[in-house]
Amino acid sequence: MTLNTQTFYELMRAQGTSRRSFLKFCSLTAAALGLEPAYANSIAYAMETKPRLPVLWMHGLECTCCSESFIRSGNPLSSDVILKMISLDYDDTLMAAAGEQADAILNEIPAKYPGEYILAVEGNPPLNEDGMYCIVGGQPFVEKLKAVAANAKAVIAWGACASWGCVQAARPNPTNAVPIDKVITDKPIIKVPGCPPIAEVMTGVISYILTFNKLPELDSRGRPVMFYGQRIHDKCYRRPHFDAGEFVQSWDDEGARAGYCLYKMGCKGPTTYNACSTIRWNGGVSFPIQAGHGCIGCSEDNFWDNGPFYKRLSYVGAGLGVEATADEIGLIGAAAAGAGVAVHAGLSAVKQYNRKKPEPPVAPKGDQS
Amino acid sequence: MDAQVTPAPEVTAPVYVYELPVRLWHWITALAITILAVTGFLIGNPAWPLITGEPYNHYIMGDIRFIHFTAGYVLAIGMLVRIYWAFAGNTYAREIFMPHVWKREWRSSFLRTIRWYLLIEPETAKEVGHNPLAQVAMFTMFLLGVLFQIVTGFALYGEGTGPGSWANIVFSSWVIPAFGSSQDVHTWHHLGMWYLVIFVMIHVYMAIREDIMSRQTIISTMVNGWRFFKDNRP
Repeated sequence: MTLNTQTFYELMRAQGTSRRSFLKFCSLTAAALGLEPAYANSIAYAMETKPRLPVLWMHGLECTCCSESFIRSGNPLSSDVILKMISLDYDDTLMAAAGEQADAILNEIPAKYPGEYILAVEGNPPLNEDGMYCIVGGQPFVEKLKAVAANAKAVIAWGACASWGCVQAARPNPTNAVPIDKVITDKPIIKVPGCPPIAEVMTGVISYILTFNKLPELDSRGRPVMFYGQRIHDKCYRRPHFDAGEFVQSWDDEGARAGYCLYKMGCKGPTTYNACSTIRWNGGVSFPIQAGHGCIGCSEDNFWDNGPFYKRLSYVGAGLGVEATADEIGLIGAAAAGAGVAVHAGLSAVKQYNRKKPEPPVAPKGDQS
Repeated sequence: MDAQVTPAPEVTAPVYVYELPVRLWHWITALAITILAVTGFLIGNPAWPLITGEPYNHYIMGDIRFIHFTAGYVLAIGMLVRIYWAFAGNTYAREIFMPHVWKREWRSSFLRTIRWYLLIEPETAKEVGHNPLAQVAMFTMFLLGVLFQIVTGFALYGEGTGPGSWANIVFSSWVIPAFGSSQDVHTWHHLGMWYLVIFVMIHVYMAIREDIMSRQTIISTMVNGWRFFKDNRP
C-alpha cells in the first residue's frame, strides 16, 4: 500500500463526486460537529488543501463492534467517503494486505511520517504474563502498541475497551487488561467510549481533527466535550416523565407501554455521558431508551461491575463475594447499630438502677457492673 | 435567662459551652440531615406506585430533588459557617475538628471513657465539652461523613447543572474521575447516607443516656448553651 498525498477534494473529485455534493458534505459535517454555518468554508478549505491524514488503526483485546459501528456511519459522512478522507493505511480487519506486507506498514508509516499520523486503537492490551494474552503477528500487542504510539501525533481510543477497559477488565480481570492510557503516557489521547461508540461520533471526531488540525476540546476524563459533555438523561425525550415521577414499574405495565421513564428498571441514563439521546443510532433512527429498554451505561468506566442492568442501585461488595445494594448494606448496618444501642441501653438501665438503689455511706466502687 | 441561674453552693458552677451559632447550626444541620436522608432515599428508590397522565400534571420527582438540593445547600453553607466558628468561637467550638490525640491526658481520658461505655467504670469524669470518645466519633463519623456527603453530593449536583456550572467545575470535574464513574459516586453517596444514619442513631442514644447517667447535662446544653453539673466532687 502506498501513501497518498492527494487532498480529500482531489480524491473525491477523482471518484466522481461533484463540487456541489462536496460542499453539501462540508455543511453537513459542520452541522454535525455543532459548528456555526461559516465553518463549512473552513472544512471545505481544509479538504481542498490538506493532504489526507495517515491513520493506523490497531486492534487489541476487543470484539470489533467499534469497527462495525464505524463502517455504518450514515450522516453526514457515508462510510465510503470517510474511509477515503483519511488515509487508512493500516487496519488489520479492513485492509487488503495481509501477513508480512501488512505488518511492514506498521513500521513504514511511523518512520516516514513521524509526528504526523494518528493512531486509532480499538481494544486494549493485557499486561499479565508480559502481554502474552494478546499476540498480534507473533508479538505481544502491548509492545506493538507502544512502538507505533511513540511517533504518533495523537491517539484515539475507540470504545470502552481502549478508554476504560470494558468487559475484559471487569472483575476479576484475569489478564490484567488495562485502558491504553496506562501504557501510552506521553501522547494526547482522545477517548471515544461506548460499546460501541456512535458511528457519527467516531467520524465526527476524525473530521474535527483533520479540519482544524487540532484535537477537539476534551473534558477532565479525556472525552470530546461536544459529544460527551452531557448525560443521556439530560437530553432524554423521556425526561419529563422522570421529573413528574412517572416511572415504569414492570416491563409489561401501562407505564412501559406509554413510554414512561425507565429509571426504576435500572436505566443508567442519569449516570452515562454519551450522545445517544441526541444523535441516536443508525442514522438517527432510535436508541435503547426509545426502544423501551434502559441504558446500560456502556460508555462509562467500570460499567460491567456497576450492574445489575435492571436495578437502579449498583451491587457493591462483589470483591467480597457479596451482592447487595448500598441500601441493603446500609439497612443491615443500621439494624446492627440499632441492636447494639438496644442492648447497651438495657445494660445501662440495669447499671443505673443498681447504682441508685443502695446509696451507701461508703461507696464500694468498681464491682457493680 | 440562663445567666441568672445561680447554682446551689455545693454544685460545681455551670459553664457556657455552646454559643448561639453552634446551637443554631446544630439544630439546622439536624433538620437538614433528616430531610436529606428522606428525600435522598426516595430519589434512589422512588417507592410510589405507577402515576399516569400527562407529565406536566405532576412534578413529584422534581420537587423531591429540589428539596434535596436546597437542604444540601443549607447543610453545606451551615458547615462553612461552622468551620468559621471553629476559629471565631470559644475553645469548645474546636473540639470536633481536632481531638487532642497527641496529649497523654487526653488518651487516658479516652480510655476511661471507653471503660465507662463498657459499663466497667463506675462514673464518668466531669466533661465540660465532649468527652474524648465523643470527640473522635464527632470527627470520624459526623464531620468526615458530612464532608464526604457534601463533596460527593455537589459532584452529583454539578452533573445536572452541567459543564461550566460552579458545582461542576469545583466538584464534578475531579470527584467523578476519582471514583471512576458517576454510578460509583452515586453508590458511595448512598453508603455515606447510611453512615450518617448510623451516626445519628448512636448520637441520639448517647445524648439521652449521658443526660441521665453522666455527671452533667447534655441535651439541655444544646438548647440553652450551659453545661450544668449534678454534683460537687472533682
